[in-house]
Amino acid sequence: MSFINLKEKVVQVKIVYYGPGRCGKTTNLEYINRTYRNQIVSEMVSLKTHGDRTLFFDFLPFNMGKIKGYDIKIQLYTVPGQVKYNATRKLVLRGVDGIVFVADAMAKQREKNIRSLNQLHENLLSYKESIFRIPLVMQYNKIDLKEHGIPILPTEVLQKDLNSRLNAPYFEASAVTGYNVAATLKKIIASTIISIQKKLF
Amino acid sequence: MNYGIVSQEQLEQIDRILTDKLIKLGVDCVIVIDMAGNIITAKDNGRNKYDVYSFAALAAGNFATVDAMAKLVGEEEFSLLFHKGQESSIHFSKIDEELLLISMFGQEISLGFLRLNVVDAIEKIKKLWPKSA
Ligand SMILES: Nc1nc2c(ncn2[C@@H]2O[C@H](COP(=O)(O)OP(=O)(O)OP(=O)(O)O)[C@@H](O)[C@H]2O)c(=O)[nH]1
Ligand SMILES: [Mg+2]
Repeated sequence: MSFINLKEKVVQVKIVYYGPGRCGKTTNLEYINRTYRNQIVSEMVSLKTHGDRTLFFDFLPFNMGKIKGYDIKIQLYTVPGQVKYNATRKLVLRGVDGIVFVADAMAKQREKNIRSLNQLHENLLSYKESIFRIPLVMQYNKIDLKEHGIPILPTEVLQKDLNSRLNAPYFEASAVTGYNVAATLKKIIASTIISIQKKLF
Repeated sequence: MNYGIVSQEQLEQIDRILTDKLIKLGVDCVIVIDMAGNIITAKDNGRNKYDVYSFAALAAGNFATVDAMAKLVGEEEFSLLFHKGQESSIHFSKIDEELLLISMFGQEISLGFLRLNVVDAIEKIKKLWPKSA
């Protein structure tokens, strides 16, 4: 959960990118890290395997500037998507304020997206959080592959599979080209800050 | 939920305890974080500058990992978490279920001496902290 320092007027907000293995969570953060250098104070931290798979998390602190006199510090995290790492995925979710669910739009990943989302639901329950209440944005990633003739799930199918009950805001995106990466980020930051303000005031 | 907002007065009191009990003894840097990796407060001796935000994220992850391992071998927790280096060392201590106190210190200070003061500081901090619901 967000931490608010009334003395220094700083609000820390934790946003987690969640989704199945290789869906592009780390690539989202890498793009943000490259594109918004002036809003990023320190190096991106990546705890990964030799094969560049996330082992524990990626961490990127992002400065939003001031809202109502408060300095907003957004802490972006990714979870490791590989099935075997659920214990660490859960640890990263501790105290989460907002979630971007990154789905892999490749047709062959359809089942994996659904399983990952179901597990997110369970993992949140273990913290007495609800996927229906927490600020959430859906990102349907890798749509650039359509141009390369790789079978891609139509957005209507992804919406039906993943978002029919959640009704979360959603974006088609490409983390490699950067398409809608910023839009996704802006949306989750806005939803999360609104939800924190509601809790506070 | 209570720990989510700390009054200015509470923070000042915590800062004072950390300065008196740890920084004045020669500890390089003391950070209080929550288990989500947020920084509650950070104090240093003015000479060593650390990237405290990354540090907090890693420290919370490290502590949570070791805690989960303890549970796997049937321990309630491992009471001592300590990393020793050539020049500087790091000591972790749980304040309560939500908060951790982390001290970074050099060779001039012995672990035993540090621990005594950490325990003392934690007792004092606990007294100021609103009991979480
Ligand atoms: N074509 C295409 N490839 C992508 C896109 N996003 C990520 N990739 C590629 O997919 C692979 C996996 O990306 P990562 O960002 O490491 O995936 P991840 O979700 O962090 O994976 P884990 O850490 O294992 O959970 C890499 O080779 C990326 O270059 C995208 O939008 N389009
Ligand atoms: Mg990754």
